[in-house]
This record gives sequence, structure tokens and C-alpha cells, in this order.
Amino acid sequence: MTLTQPSSPATAASAGATVELIDVVKEYSGQRALDEIGLRVAPGEFVALLGPSGCGKTTALRSLAGLESIDGGEIRIDGTNVAHVPTNKRDIGMVFQSYSLFPHMTSLENVEFGLRMRKVAADERRARALEALEMVGLGTFAQRFAHQLSGGQQQRVALARALVTRPRVLLLDEPLSALDAKVRVQLRDEIRRIQTDLGITTLFVTHDQEEALAVADRVAVMRAGVIEQIGTPEELYSAPATPFVANFVGLSNRVDAQLSGGEVSVYGSTLVALGTPLPDGPVTALVRPEDIVIDPSGTIDATVLTSSFLGSLRRTIVTTADGTSLSVQHDVGERVAPGDSIRLRLRGNAVSVAARE
Amino acid sequence: MSRGPSTAVRIGTEPSKIMRGVILTIVGVVFLLPLIAMLEFTFRQGFEGEHTLDHWTTLFSPDSARTYRSLFTGITNSFLLAAVTVGIVLVVLLPTMILVHLQFPKLRRVLEFICIIPITVPAIVLVVGLAPVYAIVVRVFGGSIWTLAFAYGITVLPYAYRSIQSNLDAVDVITLSEAARSLGAGWLNVLWRVLLPNLRRGILAASFISVAVVLGEFTIASLLNRVNLQTAMLQISQSDPFVAVICALLALVLAFILLLVIGRVGQPKSTKQAKRNRSDS
Repeated sequence: MTLTQPSSPATAASAGATVELIDVVKEYSGQRALDEIGLRVAPGEFVALLGPSGCGKTTALRSLAGLESIDGGEIRIDGTNVAHVPTNKRDIGMVFQSYSLFPHMTSLENVEFGLRMRKVAADERRARALEALEMVGLGTFAQRFAHQLSGGQQQRVALARALVTRPRVLLLDEPLSALDAKVRVQLRDEIRRIQTDLGITTLFVTHDQEEALAVADRVAVMRAGVIEQIGTPEELYSAPATPFVANFVGLSNRVDAQLSGGEVSVYGSTLVALGTPLPDGPVTALVRPEDIVIDPSGTIDATVLTSSFLGSLRRTIVTTADGTSLSVQHDVGERVAPGDSIRLRLRGNAVSVAARE
Repeated sequence: MSRGPSTAVRIGTEPSKIMRGVILTIVGVVFLLPLIAMLEFTFRQGFEGEHTLDHWTTLFSPDSARTYRSLFTGITNSFLLAAVTVGIVLVVLLPTMILVHLQFPKLRRVLEFICIIPITVPAIVLVVGLAPVYAIVVRVFGGSIWTLAFAYGITVLPYAYRSIQSNLDAVDVITLSEAARSLGAGWLNVLWRVLLPNLRRGILAASFISVAVVLGEFTIASLLNRVNLQTAMLQISQSDPFVAVICALLALVLAFILLLVIGRVGQPKSTKQAKRNRSDS
């Protein structure tokens, strides 16, 4: 939308940019926080960087923002290397983990700040800032100060402030982690809605796998400064490339298995092997709890250790005859008690495998 | 502020209203007694005479400017020194502290150590070291009184440092400046529009306490043969103890007012500013 159409949504159509990290290296006193990381985000795409603390996901985001200098590689926005462009010239919008509203300004003044820096005329500045506040549902809170807003509202204002300048890239650094569970889900869905409306390229850092899977087009799972696997939430969940990914994205049982010719034998069943191709031999099969069913005609003998009610389902921990501990997810109706002997069967015809660690 | 019965019994909570009143009264009496005695002294005629306002009227009469010239020089000098010292704090210490806080966090301990040192060095020792330095200072800047502010800039360091640092610690300056930069602000804008408004309290407190320290400084000025309020008062007291006490009293009152102002700016600004901003729009 152009400036001459004041009736159009102020923040609409900030056509997204392509963002590329190419072999980016960042070192902290000899330790590599980013180890030749590579990532390409398509225009308008929503990519989540997921990983445990210290995996480098926040460093990657801050490098992209220019808040950390990098020690090697390139950062490209729309094909231009911005690795040496200062933060304030990168045309990005960012929402931080900690509340970052300027405490001496009202919500409206906060949202106006970026426009003021871009020397937008007062009238237009005000109109656009109000529109951005309305976009996040806080039109009536324009005159409030940060300390008069709840945590969720503060992050909404921060989102409006980041988007009002129509940046090329939106960077979200765990913006929800300080909020309570209910607000978190609400705001998460709202961020996704606004992002889709605006079509802005977005990178979202989180350590919460559920959050990442729920909102992102693609999720990059990071570990020790590299991207371990990147893919759609479905790909990551159904075909994790490594035990680390399998464990981080959902819950997986690790079972010793034998691989030969693309097929893997687990507990007497022969299944198609998913994941990165491996040489034949002993491997670890990654079996989802929902892919194990309780079946009296099954082939796996097991003893129930504990069983917990999780609302819509029940999760039971068992030990098999060979001493492996398995987590089984099943219907609430199937009641089992600790000490019970049950039989299990693997469901499905494929399973992810990974090299033994 | 009474907080309800559940917190009242907890050890370490603030004392009750009555207790606070008692403490305040005792402390108040301890501090006020000498002041009242000084005030009473300034009304006396001789040591046994009646009480009049004579000493006050002489001090503020038109021809006193000549009689107490050194006193008025001392007062002017002290205010000039206070202004230059505050300038040094704002131009040298404040930017250094912000820079260290944002860019060189590893130097924080070093800076703190350096800034606290002057409090451990007696003024007399400081002067011994400063004397040869001032030989050079006088050669470079001349012998005007304001050059003494270089020394005062050092003596106020511990107080100014603490005031500013506590404000820096209370505000998440790092996130705020990163947010401002991500929104397109250059460093000057970050400093002017984001950091300074949020460090206002610390800056004001540092300034006022610097003024208070400078107005009360005697040793360095005396030993370096400069005239300021305190040295002038000593000089006057040898010929006219009453006027010296009046000046001491006024200086104390001024210092009290400054400290009260520090206390005021130290309070949360929320309601006042919220009101002001609402009426603006």
C-alpha cells in the first residue's frame, strides 16, 4: 500500500524479503556459537528456530538483526549482504523476550518511535501508529504507559511497534516466554494471523516445540550452533533425521534395531526406514508413543511401570522383556495398572532410524 | 503504608507507623538541635546580650558587600565550582558509564573500583598528590578558580557513580537501546530519546549530590590556597563568628533542600507523568 492511501491498513503489504544466512560463524572466546550455519527463508515465510538454550538460535537471530557482529559468512536480505550494516539501517522489526517498551512513553509514542526515526510527518505518524495498535487489538490503550499494561498487552504493543515501519523482516526473540500459558497460545495464534495478513518474512526463536510446530511454515531445529534439521512441522515430526530432533520434537522411544537394505527390524516387525540413509547394521529406531498399541495378539511382552491420565489420552511407561523402557500412548478407555503384564504391537509400516549414539 | 496483619508479623518488614514516627522524631531532634542552637546564636548580641536580628540585617545590608567581600567571592566561586563539577560528571562520567554498561560490560568492575577509590583517600592525601598536578594545571589553564573543579570531579566520583549506577541497574538499558536501534535509531537518538529520559533520576541525583559535596568542600580549597564558601567562612569566623554561623546555617539549609529534591526525584514518576501526558493529548 502506498502512503497516498491513508484508508488502507497502515502496515499491510510490506512485501516480504528473502533472508539468507550463508556459512555464518560467531565465536565467543574460542567457542563457536554459530558453526557455519546456513539458512534460506523465502519471502513471506514463517520460520521457527527451535532448540535448547545455548544452541545458538538467539545468536543467529541477533546476528541477523545486527545486534551481534559475526566472525564469518554472509547475511543477505533480498540478496544484499548486510553483515556489516548497522542495526538501525537494516530495516528490520524485532520483538524481544524481555519487555522492551520505552517506559517513559505511552503505547502510542512507543509505536510512533520507528516512524519518528524515519522522519514521517506527525499526522501520518499518529494515524499509522493508531492503526498498528488497532491491528493488535489495543486501539483504546494508546495513552497507557507500559507499567499500566499486562505482559501480553506489552508484547502486543511491541509487535505493533515492530511492524508499523513495514520492515522487510520480522524477528521474534522468544516473545511469548514471559507470558502465562493461556495468553501465550492466544498471542501466538494472533502473531501468525497478522504475519499471514502482512506477508512479512518472519523468524521466530523459541525453545518450546509445541509453539514452533503450531505457528511455523518450517521449523529449523538447532543444536550446538548448527541446524540439525529443517522442514515442515509434519516432516520433522514424522521423519526426524536424528535422535536429537526426534526427542526435541515430540517424544520418542529409542529402540535398538537392525538395518539392512532400507528396512529395519524392530521387535520382530520389519518396517521401512525413514530419515537420513545409513549403512546397514545396528541402528536406533525412533518410535513415537502413539505408534505402539496395546494388543493381546502383539509380539512384545511388557510389564506396566506407571500409567498417567492426560485428559484426552493416557500415557503408560512399560519395560519390555529385554529391559528397554517404552512410553506408550493409548486410549483413556484402556485401563492398565502398574505390574500388569501386557502385549504390545508396533503400528504403521515405517519408522525413523538414526545412527547409534 | 500498612500492609495488613499477615505481613505485619513477618520479621524484616517495615516498622509500623508509630514506630516510624518515633524514629523520625529522635533522628530529627538529633539533627535539628545543633541547627536550632546555631540559629539562636545568630540572634545574640555578644555572649549574654538580648536577641535581635542585627547580624542578619548587617549581612544583607547594601554595604555588607564590601565588608564581607571575601565571603561573597567564596559563595560565587563555590557555585561556579559546583556547576563545572556537575558539567564534568555529565560530560565525562555519564557517557563513560553508559558506554561501559552497553559495550564493555567486562570493564564494569574496573570502573566501579576506580570510581570508589576517592572515598577511601583522605582529602589531605589527595591534595599532597594534587599539588604537583596543579602546578601543571595552572600552567595550562591559568590559575582561575574553576580549575579546582578538576579535583572536585574526582572527589564526587563515588557519589555520582552510585547514583547513576543504581539507575542503570534498575532500567534494562541494553534491551531498550537494542529495541531503539532495531527501530532505526542511531546512537545519538538512542542516547537522547531513550537512555537519558530513563536515566533522568540518576542523573539528577548525581548532579545534586555533586553540588552538595562541592559546597561543603574545605580541605582541598584551603590547602591549594583557593577561596570557596568554606574557606571564606573560616576566614570570616575569625573576625565575625555570627556571620560565619549564618552562612553555615544557610549552606546547610541549601544542602538539605538539595537532598530533599534528590529524594523527590528518586520517587517513581508514574502518576505525575501519566497525568501530564494525558492532559497533553
